[in-house]
Amino acid sequence: MTKLSVNNLLGIKHLKIKDIDLIFKTADHFKEVINRPIKKVPSLRDITIANLFFENSTRTRLSFELAEKRLSADIINFSASQSSVKKGESLIDTVNNILSMKVDIIVLRHPNEGAGDFLSKHITAKIINAGDGAHEHPTQALLDSYSIREKLGTVMGKKVVIIGDILHSRVALSNIYALQLQGAEVKICGPTTLIPKFITKLGVEYENNLKKALEWCDVANVLRVQHERMDIKYFPTVREYVQLFGINKDLLNAIDKDIIIMHPGPINRGVEITSDVADSKQSIILNQVENGVAIRMAIIYLLAEQIKR
Amino acid sequence: MAKKTLLNEKEIHIILHRLACQLIENHHDFSNTILIGIQPRGIHLANRLVKILKDEYQIKNINLGKLDITFYRDDFRRRDEPLEASKTDIRFIVDNKKVVFIDDVLFSGRSIRAALTAIQTFGRPKNIELLVLIDRRFSRHLPIQPDYKGRQVDVIMDERVRVAWKENDEKDAVYILNSDNK
Repeated sequence: MTKLSVNNLLGIKHLKIKDIDLIFKTADHFKEVINRPIKKVPSLRDITIANLFFENSTRTRLSFELAEKRLSADIINFSASQSSVKKGESLIDTVNNILSMKVDIIVLRHPNEGAGDFLSKHITAKIINAGDGAHEHPTQALLDSYSIREKLGTVMGKKVVIIGDILHSRVALSNIYALQLQGAEVKICGPTTLIPKFITKLGVEYENNLKKALEWCDVANVLRVQHERMDIKYFPTVREYVQLFGINKDLLNAIDKDIIIMHPGPINRGVEITSDVADSKQSIILNQVENGVAIRMAIIYLLAEQIKR
Repeated sequence: MAKKTLLNEKEIHIILHRLACQLIENHHDFSNTILIGIQPRGIHLANRLVKILKDEYQIKNINLGKLDITFYRDDFRRRDEPLEASKTDIRFIVDNKKVVFIDDVLFSGRSIRAALTAIQTFGRPKNIELLVLIDRRFSRHLPIQPDYKGRQVDVIMDERVRVAWKENDEKDAVYILNSDNK
């Protein structure tokens, strides 16, 4: 297969396993490209991409921007904090104004769930969801799976535990879809208050005990505690969270195997993960960041392929 | 189903040896030369030539790389079916080296144009030469000509030249296929 089955990347939920295989295969080539002395290909030189970030982001925005530049696309950046959105402009108006400047692809980060879906029904440009509220963050899930595949050879049959704030996490949902599609087993672990009510309906198991979860898994994907999204107190103190769900070296040493530690960033060092774990050999956190560029190049390239003039 | 054999196994064998000798004439011990097979179909030819140079002319340490040009093509988004990329494998900087591109058939010259752009990402070669097994005459879209050629042929536009290698087909051969069996 050489074509994606979707016209936009709104969520992993819409993808088929063949799409993921194609994205990974293409990303392999781009990973080689970004390790060359000159890290650029001219494929997208007549494509314009708008990065619309209605919510703060550092890593994802930089990663997308770099991916777009390495493909030679023209790019424009937009962040809501410095724009007319503050003056009361609607999402469709903002986007249509940008599209009249002849933009082909939109990378959208938005605080509301389904913003990308909604937009895709009203515009013809390709949309890549770079995170919508607590819904999906497909490129993150793809780069996570890609990093597991790189480290362990395959995702099929691997046991992955996602630890922490599942309730406010778009990374968790996209990861669950992506891992299950590739035949991995998924468990979630975290304080009961931060676990969505019907999450087990997706076929994931909930484990309350961190040590048991770590003993079971091959890979632990540790999520950030999203203080900024918490309108009420979900756990008594950070100290208690650290004691029950923080990963430290002693805990990892107590397990008789070397599990892989992942984190989508940004890390709260000393909260969900200690520095010695984050910087250890077991951690593939920086590989995830490198792979992020290759994965995003692959997705943009494959979607751009569908644009005919 | 019209399929005409242009070159048989024996003819290819002779041509490959001649091309190897021509390379030796210009590149001596190959210490400052890098051979680059153009993906996907130039790889077999490149491997064959390297084998001849090593086994029969005792030339050691030949630098051989593979170059994929998919991301450098000028027909991205203009084809009906998307192209699948292959692996690029160049583990050396080509700065100040003599580079020889190796491909099976030279037709419009557009692949070689893409390869000329692609190789720049690995440095600035001293010079670049082109070796092809089949040179289709009168079909060029660009001012590109081979430095070494196995056989020059005149083939009408609707016909295709296909090079078969025994590594994936049953025997070495070069065929001309007409349009109804593309």
